[in-house]
This record gives sequence, C-alpha cells and structure tokens, in this order.
Amino acid sequence: MSQDIYNFIFIGLSFGLYIFIAFTSRASSTKEYYTAGGGVSPFANGMATAADWMSAATFISMAGAVAISGYDASRFLMGWTGGFVLLTVLMVPYLRKFGKPTVPDFVGDRYYSKLARGVAVLCAIFICMTYIMGQMRGVGVVFSQLFGIKIQSGVLVGASIVFFYAGLGGMKGITYTQVAQYCVMAFSYTIPAIFIAIALTNNFVPQLGLIGDFTLDGAKIPFLEKVNNINTELGFSEYTSGELSKVNMFCITAALMCGTAGLPHVIVRFFTVKNVASVRKSACWTLLFISVIYLTAPAIGSFSRVNLITKLHNTSYANAPEWFKDFESTGQMAWVDKNEDGKIQYFGPGKSESNNNHVFVGGARPMYPADDAPAVQLKGIHGERLLANKADLTNPNELWFGNDIMVMANPYMGGLPKWVIALLMAGCIAAALSTAAGLLLVLSTSISHDLMKKIVKPDLSDKEEVNYARAASFIALAVAAYFGINPPSAFIAKTVAFAFGLAASSFFPTLLMGIFSKRVNKQGAVSGMLFGIVFTISYIVYFQFLGGTSQDYLFGITPEGIGFVGMIINFVVTYAVSLATPPPPLEIQQMVAEIHVPGTAVQAMGDDDAGVGGEGI
Amino acid sequence: MSDSSHATPGTGDTASGDARTLARQRAHRRSSLKVILCLLPIWFVVSYGCGILFRDWLDANAPKVGNAPFGFWMAQQGSIICFVLLLVVYAVWMGKLDDRFNLEDGQE
Repeated sequence: MSQDIYNFIFIGLSFGLYIFIAFTSRASSTKEYYTAGGGVSPFANGMATAADWMSAATFISMAGAVAISGYDASRFLMGWTGGFVLLTVLMVPYLRKFGKPTVPDFVGDRYYSKLARGVAVLCAIFICMTYIMGQMRGVGVVFSQLFGIKIQSGVLVGASIVFFYAGLGGMKGITYTQVAQYCVMAFSYTIPAIFIAIALTNNFVPQLGLIGDFTLDGAKIPFLEKVNNINTELGFSEYTSGELSKVNMFCITAALMCGTAGLPHVIVRFFTVKNVASVRKSACWTLLFISVIYLTAPAIGSFSRVNLITKLHNTSYANAPEWFKDFESTGQMAWVDKNEDGKIQYFGPGKSESNNNHVFVGGARPMYPADDAPAVQLKGIHGERLLANKADLTNPNELWFGNDIMVMANPYMGGLPKWVIALLMAGCIAAALSTAAGLLLVLSTSISHDLMKKIVKPDLSDKEEVNYARAASFIALAVAAYFGINPPSAFIAKTVAFAFGLAASSFFPTLLMGIFSKRVNKQGAVSGMLFGIVFTISYIVYFQFLGGTSQDYLFGITPEGIGFVGMIINFVVTYAVSLATPPPPLEIQQMVAEIHVPGTAVQAMGDDDAGVGGEGI
Repeated sequence: MSDSSHATPGTGDTASGDARTLARQRAHRRSSLKVILCLLPIWFVVSYGCGILFRDWLDANAPKVGNAPFGFWMAQQGSIICFVLLLVVYAVWMGKLDDRFNLEDGQE
C-alpha cells in the first residue's frame, strides 16, 4: 500500500472517532454547552487542556526549533511549561472563584467599567489572531505535505476545515473530543521518537538516548558530543551552547511563561471541573500530559539534526532519498548547486566570510518560476527543481529547508514504517485543529458576547449573538489564512511567541493585580493594558515588518522577548495611575477579599450571562 | 505553620462563630500565600537560575547528567520535571490547608 492510503486510513479513522465522540457527548443544556456542566473529572480535563494547549507550534515547530538552535530552543521548552506553574498557583483558583470564565468578563467586572471590558476584548482579539496565524501556517504545512499541494492551498483547505469544525458541538463535546486528540498526539509524537532512539542510541527511552551514547554503525561516543561535532564541523555553533544572549533568553522565557498565565483559551478550561480542589488536580494532570511531549521534543530535535545531516550532506542529488524530493516538490526543501558538483552541501555561518548561511540573497524564502515556464527554467541538469531566487554566493550553503518540517520529516529520515508516518500526520492535524478551534471560539465569543452584547447592544437576541460570532470567526479565519500564507516570521513557534508576548504585556499584570490588590482601580488597569500592549505591538511591528535592524534593539532584546518589558511597563503604569486616582468602590474591594476564601462563590454560575465559556457558541 | 492557632475548626453558628470564621479565613489566606511564596522561588531557581543565569557555571562545575552538561540538561529536561513536581506539591499542600481550616470547597 502506498503512503497516501495509510495516511487517509489513519486520518479518516481519527476524524471518525472525534465526530463520534462529539456526537455522543453533545450538550443537552446551556450549562453543558458553555462549561460542560462543570462535571468533567480532573484527569479527563487535564488531557483535554493538554490537547487544547499543545498547538501546531508545539507539535510541529518546536522540535524543529530545537534541531536548528539546540540550547537556545530551551526558551520554548521552559517558557511553555513553566507558565503553568504561574497559572495554577497565581491565577486559576482565584479566577475560578470569581466565576467569570472569559478574561474580558473578569476584567469588566473586577474593574467595574465598560471601557476596561472593551480594552480587554481588543487585547484578546490581538492575542488570539496572532496565535491563530501560527496555527494556520501549521495546518498548511501538514496539508501541503499530505496532499502534495502548495502551502497556500494547504492553508486554505485547513482554514475551511477549522471553520466547520469550530461550529460543531459545545464545550462538553469539545472536551471529550480533545481527550481523544491528546491520545492521538501523544502516541504519534513518542512512537517515532522511540524507533529513532533505538536506531541512533540503542536506547528505547528517547530522553535517556539524548543523554546516552551515539551507537550507530558500531560507534560509541556521547550523543551530545556527536551532535556538537557535527555542528562545529559544518560551521554551526555548538549544539549545547547556543548563541542567544542571556538577557534575551531570560526575557523570551519570561514573556512566554507570563503569557501562558494570561492566555484566555487556557483559563476557560478550568471552569469545566467541579471545584477549586479539582482545578488544582486538573492542572497537575495537564502539566504531566504536556511534559510527555515537551520532554520528548529535545530528543526528537537532536535526533533529526543528526539524521538530516548524515542523510543529506555531501550526498549527490541523484542519490538523494525519495523524501527529499517529496519535500522539494512542495517547496519545503530546496537545493541550489552553488559549486556545481551535483552534491548537496549544508554549511553553517562559520564557513563563510559574510557570517551567514543564506542560500538565497537576503535570506529570502525560495521562489519558483511559474508552472508554465519553459522546461529549462523548471528542471536543472541533475533533475532538481530550479528556483527564481538569486543564490547568495558569499557562502557555500546549498540546502534550504523550512524549520517547521522537522517533525514530519523525522520518520522519513529514520526510514520508519508507513503506518508510523500516517499516525504522525493524524497527530499533527489533531494538534492544529484542537487549538485553532478553541482559539477561534474564544475570539468569536469575545466579539459577540463581551463586545456586542455587553457593550454595544445589550438587547441582542441569542440568535443575533450567534450570527455575530459566526461572522467574527469567518473574518478572523480569513485574516489568519492570509498571514498563514505570508507568515510574519521564519517559523511557527516564533509567530506564536509574539502572541504570548502580547498576552504577557496586557492580561498578566491586569489579572494578577486584580486578584491580589484591592487598591488597583479601573483607571490603572485600562492605562496599564493599553501602554503594555501598544508598546509591545509597536516594537514587534517595527522590527518584523517595517525593517528595523537588530542594532536598534532595546537592550538587545528581540521582538519575541519584548513582551516581558511590556509587562513591566504595564505593572508600573497600572500601579502608578491607581495610586494617583481614587480607590475602587467598597463592594469591589470586598469581592477581591472574597476570592481568596475557598467555599463561597462570589457570583453563582448559571444566571443569564455568567458562565458563558469562551468555547461556547 | 504557626497560623493554625488562629483556626479552630468546627465552631458553632453563634455570633462569635462569624468572627471566628472570618479569622479562620484570614489565617487560611495567609497560609496559602505562604505556600505560593515557598514554591515560586523554587520555580525561579530551577528554570531561570539553573537553565539560564548560572548555566555556564553549572555546565563547567556541576556533575553531568548522563552525558549532558548540568545546565543544558536543566534547561531542556530538568526544569520541566521540577515544574510537574511543584504542581503536585501545590495540590497536596493546598488540599491539606483546606482540610485543616475546615473550609472545604462547596459543590458549587
């Protein structure tokens, strides 16, 4: 059987499973619809939250980032797990107590103002949009590989599936579907890793292989030393050392962690369990399930680094493996024969005078001649796909590949059985779909419920509210698809990192101070959120789109890490403005005191508007 | 924790009972803040401390984990394992606090 047939069987089966579960556990009441009736067990909720949390960025892109940048990628590993400690310890039990599942709802009530609610909606829109962009790119990468189509068409196919998928079922259906999705993701991520670990390190636990010995072809040297040697031989920096400055590592990790604690679509997940004690247990399970993937990613990254280089470097194109030609035909790998020896060479910046390893001038992505161009412009003398870009001849590197394909290429490189590859494809789609659907629902609810119903038109009927939500998710998807085709950064994980920076600079301080300080008032919160997010967005846009250069970085901090600075600005502005203006009304201060006491709910869930989960509609 | 002296679980519903409930709630709040203040420094040290700020020193001087330098291993594996353990400790500890102050969470 061919690979395609395996792929379709596995993806078909997993989709059938999701739809079956969504159908059998569909909501029978409004409360079930919005928060799954609040009766999901901590264990199941932990799994569902893990699936919701692990997006295309985690699943597809992170191991690629590890493979490319070694130690530097620890910022993603620590940032996206450590945030859960902050979230669990500082936020969720108290927010849960307050009884408002959407962040704008909390902000609107705690800061007793429509303006604060409006600003929070605006922040939520920016955060979710940036995040969905990353997911769309991920969906595009998977579908383009799956059907052998261009990434643009892949993004469009993915966007339409997500649009229909997000409309299915309520929170209850979504929760149990995500339990199934987590299982698919966990198996499909770890099984290839185990196979490859056995092949390269003779150890069936990938995490132990990483710190063990490299044993392929009778060799026996420490595995990490082997990766370091390969890297330095080809002119890359040492795998275990990294190039990012300490300031940068610190700021990016902090932005990711604090962003995690302010992400609207994760917070809502803790409203589906029974009480605060279950919330704490559920958070333990969530992080445990997430760590299964996160502890495997460094192993996958380093294994694929070794595989990629040993399989491709100095191999003549005629003998290049079949998968290389597959990726080449979808435009995710490219080769330019700079020295005309017919062999693929892969070199790092250390091998050139220009101190970069750009295959094309200016570090551009590959561009191809039109399909109807004359044959001489399409195929080179070795049969390779020709490019329309100008090759950068100041360095010897001939191999270009999208960083995001590492995880998908990994089982091919390891020569694994076809069903393993098919399982991985199913996992990739599950990862991107579950997160994109969850985010889209948060985004559309923010617009329809928090913006339209609570601020603009209080007499909105339920039906109109749903229509606004549909329209909002359609527009959001269209914008996200555009940026999925023209991504704002080199890889998904980086795009998603911007979303976390925005969350850290807007919601984190506002929520934290709203919970722990009675003195912080609406003037402080509104100005803090605005200063924080406007500063962060301007910095990102200036350096990512308007051609700012790295010499102008503030303290050398890259746009990924600037959310940390934005967050500090937000804290300072919020506190200073609050002190300069009158304290909040007494009943608000009373409310803040009460959320620290377990047992008594501040506002009962289930009245006309409370308890509207972000995943509703 | 010394705060337990403020709390006498199982008081009746007399007028002084309300005052005692309030005192108990205040004591519970203080104790739970203490839990947070115990756990967050550990969280900071295992991630930012070992993985970023003192990594070079740890790579050179601390014992290796398998074949991996200590700081590198903490950044890629160790910190994540510690995060999971921290959350387990938090859940157990807070559960005990709730029991001791007899402020068990309602069904809601």
